[in-house]
Amino acid sequence: MRWYDKLFKPKKFTLTNGKTVSQKFTRAPLILLLLLVVLIISVVVTGFSLPTLFTNFTQFWIVFADLFPPKWSYFPSVWQPLIDTIKMSFFGSFFGALCALPLAILSANNVTNSRVVNLVARFVLTIMRTLPTLVAALIATYIFGLGTFAGTVAIFIFSMSFVGKQLFEYIETVNMGAYEALIATGANAPRSFVTTIFPQILPTYLSTSLFAFEGNVRYAAILGYVGAGGIGMILNQKIGWREFQSVGMILVSLFVAVVLIETLSQQLRKYLS
Amino acid sequence: MNKKLEDVLLTQPKRAKYYITAAVLVLAMLIWSSSALNQMHVTSKGLSIGWNILEGIITPDTTLLFGGGDSGVAYLILQTISIAFLGTIVGAFIAVPLSFISATNIVPKPIVVITRFVIMAIRTVPSLVYGLMFIRVTGPGPFAGVMTLAVVSIGMISKLFIETIEDLDSGILESLDAAGSTLFQKIRYGVLPQLSSDFISILAYRFDMNLREATILGLVGAGGIGAPMIFAMSGYEWHKVGAILIGLFILIFVIEYLSDKLRQYLLHG
Repeated sequence: MRWYDKLFKPKKFTLTNGKTVSQKFTRAPLILLLLLVVLIISVVVTGFSLPTLFTNFTQFWIVFADLFPPKWSYFPSVWQPLIDTIKMSFFGSFFGALCALPLAILSANNVTNSRVVNLVARFVLTIMRTLPTLVAALIATYIFGLGTFAGTVAIFIFSMSFVGKQLFEYIETVNMGAYEALIATGANAPRSFVTTIFPQILPTYLSTSLFAFEGNVRYAAILGYVGAGGIGMILNQKIGWREFQSVGMILVSLFVAVVLIETLSQQLRKYLS
Repeated sequence: MNKKLEDVLLTQPKRAKYYITAAVLVLAMLIWSSSALNQMHVTSKGLSIGWNILEGIITPDTTLLFGGGDSGVAYLILQTISIAFLGTIVGAFIAVPLSFISATNIVPKPIVVITRFVIMAIRTVPSLVYGLMFIRVTGPGPFAGVMTLAVVSIGMISKLFIETIEDLDSGILESLDAAGSTLFQKIRYGVLPQLSSDFISILAYRFDMNLREATILGLVGAGGIGAPMIFAMSGYEWHKVGAILIGLFILIFVIEYLSDKLRQYLLHG
């Protein structure tokens, strides 16, 4: 930033005791200019235009109005896929969280004292996290065939990477005193880990896993779009057939399910902390 | 001495019953949900496709990966970043007033209940559904993606904004009042400095998330890097898929690193 200070001279003040202090020129114009440039590039690249938005926005409400009233008689056929979605998220989240623990332990540099192992484990976590869940689901449908199993695999991968990352960052902040004391008395590393560090991380571990489960229910709803089972399959189908009132019914059931699960899991998380 | 230790050990609360109930519950749910695995049918074809994907990532299509023009990975990445950036900005524009009228320290309780319900409802609709709705408004392309991300971001941004606004320290405002500040001065020196760093950090976090979302919007034709990837996949052109996936990895990795750095700078100076 030195060139900037040279361009805009800092303001000098002379205090009553003869000392001079300088106040650097404000950075606001530079930041605003940068933001403006990025904004203009984005607008050009995406073809964003406010006039189109205002003239055509009624279309949005037309589609929106089509969703109402939801077709209640369609509910029986929503039930099974909805349950499938919840099953997928629960199974995937549970095993994802379970497998996240060893990965997190390998990634934390205060428990695993090997730079190479840390780096490899973190690299695995990063790769899995950068893969968008929907893409993972798509690849899974190619390998495991269409259906809920592919969705479960995608959710498993996401939960494992998410919980793994949160957990290893948390493990690195725990109090190591008790662990070192136990090692000093001659206990082996796994034994000391389970008795001293595990109780410290358990509440965070459980609440992160629950949080992942919450998000997964919401996310599993769209996995069906690529054929990975659950409520997204019928959602995609009904949108394709333009049966918008059935779509409305699906969205209402999803809303109720998500609200119920979120409230439940928030209560559990509050209890844990 | 030993007796004392034993006494302490015995006074620890008995939680066995509680643990067993929790374990049984989780186990029951696992068994119930294991039917999600029924639809697995791995065939030799599936395995060979899996192998092909791996091979495609290792030997990507270099002309696509390093190519310029409208179909090169570089341009697609630029487009994806633009969609995510503009989507975050537009979303923030809508979320700021919405969060001020949902903060309990600013408006009365009944209004808060209504606005929070609206925010919750906005959050429930999956992004792909919004994508399909906005394609009717703007036509297929990145513009639809921008609007979709804007609406999808409202939920999370306003939820976090509300928390920040409710944490406002009113003592500062009172002391500014006592010093005789005008309303504008109170906002400029009392409110903005308290909110700005948190707001920017929330937006940086959401931008990071929007980028991931933007990569999948291509599925419904809303622009970004997703659409060419889907086409390449359904055409079994795994080398192209590999090139796009590599671009995606690098993009998300770099942005995540930058947004982490920005947020740490904002929080700790």
